[in-house]
Amino acid sequence: MKASILGRSLRPVAATLAAAAIGLGASGAAHAQAKEQFIPLTGYWVGPYAAGGSGFFGGMVDYLTMLNERDGGVNGVKFTFEKCETEYNNARGVECYERLKKKGPTGATLVHPLSTGITYSILEKAPQDKVPIISMGYGRTDAADGRVFPWVFPLITTYWSQASAMINYIAKKEGGHDKLKGKKIVLLYHDSAYGKEPHAVLQDEAKRHGFDLTLIAVAHPGNEQGAQWQQIRQIRPDYVILWGWGVMNPTALKAAQKTGFPREKMIGVWWAGAEEDTIPAGDAAKGYVAAGFNVAGTNYPVIREIQKYVYGKGKGEMDDKSRVGSIYYNRGVVAGIITAEAVRLAQERFGKGQPMTGEQVRWGIERLNIDNARLKQLGAEGFMPPLKVTCQDHEGSGLVKFQEWDGKQWKVLTDWIEPDRKLVRDKIEASAAAYAKEKGIALRDCSKEN
Amino acid sequence: MLYREAGQFKATYAEDQQIFPIRQDRIAITALLLVAFLVIPFVASDYWLKAILIPFLIFSLAALGLNILTGYAGQLSLGTAGFMAVGAFAAYNFELRVEWMPILVSWALGGLAAALVGIVFGLPSLRIKGFYLAVATLAAQFFIVWALTKFPWFSNYSSSGVITTGKTEIFGYVFDSPREKYLLVLAIVVLMALAAKNMVRSETGRAWMAVRDMDVAAEVVGIRMMHTKLLAFAVSSFYCGVAGALYAYAYIGTVEPEGFNLDLSFRILFMIIIGGVGSILGSFLGAGFIILFPIFLNSYADPIAHALGIDLPPGMTSNLELMIFGALIIFFLAVEPHGLARLWQIGKEKLRLWPFPH
Repeated sequence: MKASILGRSLRPVAATLAAAAIGLGASGAAHAQAKEQFIPLTGYWVGPYAAGGSGFFGGMVDYLTMLNERDGGVNGVKFTFEKCETEYNNARGVECYERLKKKGPTGATLVHPLSTGITYSILEKAPQDKVPIISMGYGRTDAADGRVFPWVFPLITTYWSQASAMINYIAKKEGGHDKLKGKKIVLLYHDSAYGKEPHAVLQDEAKRHGFDLTLIAVAHPGNEQGAQWQQIRQIRPDYVILWGWGVMNPTALKAAQKTGFPREKMIGVWWAGAEEDTIPAGDAAKGYVAAGFNVAGTNYPVIREIQKYVYGKGKGEMDDKSRVGSIYYNRGVVAGIITAEAVRLAQERFGKGQPMTGEQVRWGIERLNIDNARLKQLGAEGFMPPLKVTCQDHEGSGLVKFQEWDGKQWKVLTDWIEPDRKLVRDKIEASAAAYAKEKGIALRDCSKEN
Repeated sequence: MLYREAGQFKATYAEDQQIFPIRQDRIAITALLLVAFLVIPFVASDYWLKAILIPFLIFSLAALGLNILTGYAGQLSLGTAGFMAVGAFAAYNFELRVEWMPILVSWALGGLAAALVGIVFGLPSLRIKGFYLAVATLAAQFFIVWALTKFPWFSNYSSSGVITTGKTEIFGYVFDSPREKYLLVLAIVVLMALAAKNMVRSETGRAWMAVRDMDVAAEVVGIRMMHTKLLAFAVSSFYCGVAGALYAYAYIGTVEPEGFNLDLSFRILFMIIIGGVGSILGSFLGAGFIILFPIFLNSYADPIAHALGIDLPPGMTSNLELMIFGALIIFFLAVEPHGLARLWQIGKEKLRLWPFPH
């Protein structure tokens, strides 16, 4: 009798203890099994550049969500996200980066700042925190020299490669580089650091091939270009390269129509070659050509998979589903592919089915080799150029396609076009070396990397 | 009950004229400084130091600069970010081109360069007032950013026009970790705030306020217009210039001229409007509010909305921020033009009478 009283009075205590033990065990297990790969989304969904930011991050998140839904992530490690609005403002970008860098079981995997200014602002912070920066088609061009910038990857192509590829495209159209002699080319550029990036490369190209280059600046934001087009009318150039941003692009297209300059002879940079640039210009955009390191359209297996697994389940990022397949959206899908492939490669080396740290992912990015066969498996053949990153070369490709706006959509005109690799690479190395000297950085010896 | 000055007698002029005549205020400010110097560096996380406290101090300094010009001397300026840019780029160039230059000296020289530019753009203030002067300072804003982009010498021929700051080394000691940078910035800001407080209590400050309140009357009583106004521009731009140098060196590290755009000028103007025009404390309150509030909304708007059962569409939090700021600015301009600082002051006065108001 006594024992039973004791037993009864002790039972709740024992039960509580047992429950606590189970709870502890469960939480411990949950901690060990948090198979998540955290991706910070430092982007912009409001403000003047929201079209670019929402499209890009929409595409990236949708692609990674598709992997989560279809394959359960990468070898069972699912991607998780957190958004932080930067408004394209450097100080806000730094705050977002600082806030998100330690989240998730292994911290931020990598960061896509999607702003040249923010890329610069975290350029020296990220290596200290061991977070790789991927700046696809923007940011610091000379970071393509991986010996000086181990943590920064301006993947696929840089402004300098693109300027050079544009000249190669013109030469191809004209029937050879020797035909460039005596031609007149105008660079109509956004008067900012971004717009001045291509000057040196184009001037070198002009010297070598003997064409006349005129640089014409447009002040931000660029909604008034009367004087510039007056000047273009006087010069009567053979080609106009449009290095614009935001409202400057449709304005230039409309002004070209008014001036009677053929749109087929206007070539845009990839930040001037999205639907958001051409649709506001209406008819005036018809025939306009722009470079791009990804193509538009939904007719690729990878996009169809996203529509099936993500939008089919009502989990898509884009409120306006018609933007799936637009230039910015597809660029985000390219970013997603690169992110996932880098994580996959890192897992093969450091442990399959484990969340990777930023340091391990950096190892993966530096060894990315996405060839055409792999692109085909991913359902992205022709969607983005093949990519091979090395310790030396953090650009990895340099290829761009040229697309024409037919009034309704972008039509691919060319295959992947090469830049003048030697010219660009020499410039990159010279600039990176100057930076290394200023900062007292010793060049990394790439033969010792494994 | 606690906050009462009964029994505190002043026997000398020095006691009567000290910055905080009430003992409780002195205790509070000492405690605040002790916490800021001795406690915060050891309890705050890197994220708080790097992303919140350092920018808060730097923007407080910039707001203080603008407050001297706009709040005390009554000259409306929209060129704050431009003067910050001058400070940042000048400090960078002094550091780059003069090998032996100690970093503190180049920051001070950055401030002086900004002061010179401020004087030049302050010259129109001798003839024009109010909105027209705002337009002239707007010109300063655009001209400075344009010049820094246009002439590559300023950025040492960097292809993209950005500058990357070097190490912060003082007497052989490298200020590297967020904690060290925070303490350095804090020390500079405290010293400069103290200087500003004393300046506005001195003859100079009284001359500024006389000009602000009625410049014709000020001129009649013998205040030299040119001297007073240009001094206000110089001192204000000096503060902004030092803030710009700190922004580049202690906070962002790599800056581009476009980072110092009109948006930033407006942001600092909002700081003093919300914080309090013509108040040193207001500069700090305003900077704290403008820096912390968006981060707070960004982090907590979604959870709060969820708790209330509302589903916020993406991007809504940022729009919310603009709406709330807009509403607050209108509210303060209409209801309390002296901002948070004035509310604080009213609170203190009420506290002195509590719990037995007349």
